[in-house]
Order: sequence, then structure tokens, then C-alpha cells
Amino acid sequence: MTAADVDIAVLGAGPAGSTAALAAAQAGLRVALLDEQDAPGGQVWRAKSAAILSAPHTPESKAGAALRQAVADSSIMLHPATRVWQIARTGDGWQIDTLRDGATDSLTATRLIIASGAREVVQPLPGWTTPGVIGLAGATALFKQNLTVPGARTVVAGTGPLVFYVASEIRRLGGTVAAVVTPNTRRDWAGSLPAMLGKPALVARGALWVADLMLSGVPVLWGHQVTAVEGDTRVSRITAQSVTGASTHNFAADSLCLGNGLMPQVEAAQMLGVPLHHDAALGGWVPACSDDGVTPVAGLYLCGDGTGIRGADAAVHHGRLCGLRAAADAGCTSGHAMDIARRNWRRAARFGLAMTALSRPTPALAQLASDDTIICRCESLTRRDILAEIGSGATSTNAVKSGLRAGMGPCGGKYCQTSVARLIAAETGVTEGAVPPPTPRPPLRPVPVAAAAGQFDYDDLPIPKPAPL
Amino acid sequence: MSYDIAIIGGGIMGCATALRLAAGGMRPIVLDQGDLGQGASGVNAGTLSLQIKRVKLMPYALKGHHLWEEMGTAVGFAKTGGYTLAFTDREVDLLHERQTMKREAGAPITFVSNNALRAAEPGLTHAVKAASYCPEDGYANSALTGQYYRGKLQDAGIAYRERTPVTGIDRVDGYELQTPAGPVRAARVLLAAGAWLKPLAALMDVDLPVNARINTVSVTERMPAMMSHVIGHATGLLTMKQKANGTVLIGGGWQGKGTPQQGRGEVDVAAVKPNLALAQYALPALGTARVLRSWTGFEANVPDFYPLAGTLPGFDDAFVLGCVRGGYTIGPSIGQLMGDLILGRSPEMPLFDPGRSFEEDRP
Repeated sequence: MTAADVDIAVLGAGPAGSTAALAAAQAGLRVALLDEQDAPGGQVWRAKSAAILSAPHTPESKAGAALRQAVADSSIMLHPATRVWQIARTGDGWQIDTLRDGATDSLTATRLIIASGAREVVQPLPGWTTPGVIGLAGATALFKQNLTVPGARTVVAGTGPLVFYVASEIRRLGGTVAAVVTPNTRRDWAGSLPAMLGKPALVARGALWVADLMLSGVPVLWGHQVTAVEGDTRVSRITAQSVTGASTHNFAADSLCLGNGLMPQVEAAQMLGVPLHHDAALGGWVPACSDDGVTPVAGLYLCGDGTGIRGADAAVHHGRLCGLRAAADAGCTSGHAMDIARRNWRRAARFGLAMTALSRPTPALAQLASDDTIICRCESLTRRDILAEIGSGATSTNAVKSGLRAGMGPCGGKYCQTSVARLIAAETGVTEGAVPPPTPRPPLRPVPVAAAAGQFDYDDLPIPKPAPL
Repeated sequence: MSYDIAIIGGGIMGCATALRLAAGGMRPIVLDQGDLGQGASGVNAGTLSLQIKRVKLMPYALKGHHLWEEMGTAVGFAKTGGYTLAFTDREVDLLHERQTMKREAGAPITFVSNNALRAAEPGLTHAVKAASYCPEDGYANSALTGQYYRGKLQDAGIAYRERTPVTGIDRVDGYELQTPAGPVRAARVLLAAGAWLKPLAALMDVDLPVNARINTVSVTERMPAMMSHVIGHATGLLTMKQKANGTVLIGGGWQGKGTPQQGRGEVDVAAVKPNLALAQYALPALGTARVLRSWTGFEANVPDFYPLAGTLPGFDDAFVLGCVRGGYTIGPSIGQLMGDLILGRSPEMPLFDPGRSFEEDRP
């Protein structure tokens, strides 16, 4: 054993990471749990801000509150509001460099669990960068943290179950939903029923969202997609078309919630050397790991949606499984608990994967962007710019990034790389799985020069022998 | 289809040689294990500074500066002039000794007063004890290397294959190169694979004493104007410049981890920290800039730190080009010379026999 600060560091305090930390702490290990937010819960079980603590509970807020209480009652050393900007191998373990309130710190751990979660996929379409357009997942953050709605009159559009949840929440919080637009058909949903029956409570909840919308007369356009957003300083009009192009509808609205499912956040694992492979059923590029979260990199474990989009329910069980596995590798056996966690995870994953399948962007969505549609927001690059670069022979995401700076802006490519890769695949006639994401570059999060440099004295700078003359 | 020459390595040197050869009437093909210009050619800091070039390579660097200036906006060229700073008495001595020799070798370097330095770069620390200036210095954008040469190869009708590693080199009436996409035949080969020269030459049973340094570069978010020249340090351990878009690029040869054989190098945060500390020491306002990315690139060298540029030892139709200290600056010019050598012309400047004995040549 090295003299590490903790036995296990867990990055990400969503359902997976928090549960993994709890499992390892209960096994008797010293565990640190780090997260960028002020409290555990992740995106899905995000804590309410202080201003809305008295707001009514939802299933998400209850689950989050229970998790936060469990973490508080445990021996876990919680590092909230902490950004991890660098992870490096040190001896047999890991050194984790963090940034909190502008100050850097570091922590060493013998084992590392990364529960980096997911981020939203938004397929670019004409006008999608107009103010008033936000992601479906972004909208849920508004509800959960601040009880605010995206606008006075909102169109909710996209794939999977999240459209119905978001529309229903906007209504519950007093907003107006102009329409729900989803490329999925009722037949798509019926096809998912067998997988969904294992989670009757979730099915019932989803049915309530849809029933609420139907009863209140909100138009639900199945088999439709938003094709254009208009508005100068703010969204004013939204056009939706049936997927077949047969019918067109226009809606006056000042806001649009738009999303096409989630993708795993893999950059940290990728940077530490875990190989990636493409699996559309799991949301895109996923890191190599066993069911228990063991990776080919010694001492590194992964769990939750960062390993493939299976949803919050599955993430809890995956977190427990992974936490127990890491604890077992540290010498703390747990009897049958791992078998139980693995079984629960598989059952929950069946439901989650059905939802992921419904949430996948349909091929037709990729055709919506026009030549003038912005693809890379940081550098204001249009589809035309990207296509021209690909046409000139830049047929990898690294080459497009080098030539155009798509992915070199502040977002680090998080919002454009999926679209860029899809365009390369389409233009060169290969599958998305043949177009890997660009080489990841540290730091994991932007870090000020002064914070990274730390305290130093010029005389202490390690100045090696000068270069040959 | 058989080519006159297969060039393995699509960086600056391989592409510049290919262009010269095609202009001279040969049919080359360029093969790269990745994308064109994504190795050292595409990830270095892009500094074009005569103040950090080796004395004996100065004529090649002067020619290189001229060629980069001709390439112009397509490669993000900017001639800003550059200052090299000394903060201690030892560094002052080092600066005077070194820059005097470089001036004698042809670089228009002068020593400047502190007042002149402050007028030119008011944001620099007042701890500067001495500084030298070269009006020829500046930078180009190394990320554009691949885009630039891809276009040039296309314009010249030169065949190239990206993401095509060479796994075997067989002698059969010329050469047959094995690749996952099938064999490629050529009468000659040029090895121009940078840090991967050693394993590549091993395919031809030649042991080249090539080592790799793992240089680290970092870039900040866009910042308000903070400096208008390329800034260096007497030891060479800092180069920085602010691009037109406001980002600040910080390098200086701080070492990352890894080997070419293992793939890409890895940033060592323990080396990035003093690099950033030195940058902030020189330009205090840089402290608030957020670093967005750090990365590494392999810089190949041999024990005497002079180039490999000539025939591969034991061959007359196989060539090697690489290990050029200051290779980004010098690459376009030494590529032309290499092309001339392969075309049977006599290069206008002498090349560097890869078969020489590699005595250490350090000060």
C-alpha cells in the first residue's frame, strides 16, 4: 500500500458515483467523493437552490435528498464545488489536482472510480443557436434547482422520454407548452413496452405525463421534428414537419427545449488510457470496462452513464457494484452483495437501454442543418465550413479540429464533435464508429495559469541544462 | 502502380521533400500512420525564432524563415519580432554569449535596454536584467500544417495515404512497403517519420540512434491584448506569444512522459507547472488566463543534436530526413535540399550524413 490520502477517490457525485462511494465507505475504506456541484445528486437528482427549499417534492428531489443524507451520515470525505482539472498516475495510485474557489489542491488515492455521467446531444438545425433555445436536460436543471421555466410559451421537442417529462414539468410549474414534437411514433413506444414492463412504476409515471398533456389539449406531434427556429433576439416562431415531410405546423413560442438523448462523457477515462469503442445502443463512444466497472488501466474503475447510457436507476446499482468491486480489490469482501447489485443493475439497464434506443437521434435529424447552420458555436463555424474542410481531405476529427479550430474553443468540442464526426462519416461513406473523437487534451477543466503554477520562487524553478548551442 | 519514391512520414519534411521531388519530375507517394502534419509538425508551439536556433544551423533557419513568410496567411505566419529575457546574472552571461554567437552566424540579433523593452512590452516583469531582440522572429500556426500540405500535395498531383502505417519494407526490385491497405511499390524510399525513425529504420535492419524529447505546449483561452512579440527565455525554457485571436501559446520544451512506440506522449503536470510559473513570472497579467489545453509532441534527435539528412547507411536508394533541432522552422528548407539530393542535384547547402559517428556536441 502507498501512503495515499484515501483508499478510493470517486469523481462525480451523481447516483452512480455517490452510491459507489457509499458502498466502498461501508466496506470500511477511506473514501473521498468529488463533484463540481455544491451537493451530491448529479444532474438527475440535482439539489434545489436555497431559495426553493420549501417547494413540493418530486421523485427526483426525494431520491436526491435521501442520497445526500446517506452521504452526510457516512464516513465519506465530500469535496463539493470542486473541479478536477488533472489526474495523473503516481506510484501505484493516483494524484488528483483540484480547483475550488480559485485555489488548487491535490489528493492522492490508491484507487480511482470515475462516474462522469452523460451530456446532452443536440442535433443542430436552422436557428438552434437563437436565444431561447435550451437543451431538454438543461431545462430539467432549471426546474430542479430554481423552479423556473424556459419561457412564457415553450415548444418541447426531441427524442425519448425526456420530452414528456420536460413538457409535464413546465405545465406543473405554471408555464405554457405550445406543443410537444417528437420523431418517435406511438409504434416506437409500443415496441419498447416489453423492456419497460420490468419497471412498472416508471411506466406509470410516464403514462401520467402523456395523459396530462393529452387532457390539457397540448398538441403532441408524434413522428414529427422541429425543422427551423426563427427569431432575431429571441425565439419567436418554430416550424415542425412530419418525418415524412407530409405536413408542416408553425407555432408561436418564445422558447424551445430541444434534445436528442444523452452521450457518455468519456474524456477523463480516455485521457487515462482506457480504449473507446462505438456502440450506438449505449449512446455512442464508450470506454472499455467490465460489468463491474474494471478497466484495462490498473486501479481505475468506471460506473454509471459514463460507461453507456442506461439511466439513473441502473446507475445506482452500477455504482454499488463498482464500489463493491473496488472495495473487494482492496481486500474488503462483501459476500453476495455484488451478485445482488449485478442482478439489479441488469434489470434496470434493460429499461434504461430501451429509453436510450428511443432517444437516439434518427438519421433524418442529421439532415436538418442547412449550409448556414452553425455547427461549432465556440468558433462560429457553419456546416458549409465543416463540409469544405472535409471536402479538402480532412477526414478525421483531429484534422478538422486542426484546420478549423472546431473543438479548440472553451467547450473543448463537447457540443460540436458528435456533429462533426457524423458529417465526416456521411461524407466519406463510413460508419460513425469509424470516426473516433479527437485526441483528448488536458486539463479536464480550464484552470487559471496562476492556480496551476501555484506558489513559486524564481530561484526554485527547476532550470535544466540549456539546449546545445 | 509503382512510384519513384515512397516517403514515409507526412510531416513538414516529408511533404516539403515530396513537393521538391514532384517539381523535379519524380512521382512520389506520401504515407502517414496518422493524418498529414499531426505529429511534431502539427503540435509544436509554432515559434519561428532565430534566437533559439543552433549556430551551425543558422543558414538553414534563415532560409526557413524566408519560406514560412512566403507561405504566409495559409500557415498563420506572423513576423512580430521577438525578445529573449534574462532574469539572473548567470542568465545575462548566457544570453550575451549565445546571442553574440548567433548574431555572428547571421541572425540580426541586438541587445536592448530595459527602457526599450518596457516601451515595446509594457506587461513584462520589471525583474528583467537583460534582453535581446530579433526583428525576424515570429510564429506560424502549426495546427494548419496538415491542411496546408494536404492542399499543396493535391495541387501538385502527389499521391498520399493517411492513417496508413508501414509495417514492413521489403527489397524487391526497388521496395515493397507493407501496409494494412495493401502493398505499395516504389523505386526508392525516404524515411521522414520524426520520432518514429528508429522503429522504421529497424524494418530495414538499420539502427539509427534516435531519441525523442517530449515537449509540452499549453494554450489559454482568448485574452485581451497582453503582448505583441514572441517572448523567450535565455535558457530556452520559455516561449510564448499571443495569437491574433487572443489565445496565448506557452512552450519551452518542458518534458512530458511516454515514448513514440507507446503512441502519443502524455502531459506531466509536474512539468507544466514550472512552465506556467515561468510564463507568469515573465508576464504577471497572464496569471488570470485559464489554460484550456496542454499537449505534447515528440522531437526526435540524435546524440550530437544535428540533423539526419542523406542516404541511409548501407543503401544508395534509401534516404532519411529528420532529427532537425528547430525542425519546424528549418523543415521547409531542409526538405528542399533533401529533394535536390534525391534528384541527383547538388544541394545549395551541405546536408548531414546519417552514417557519421555521433559524438556528443554539447557546450
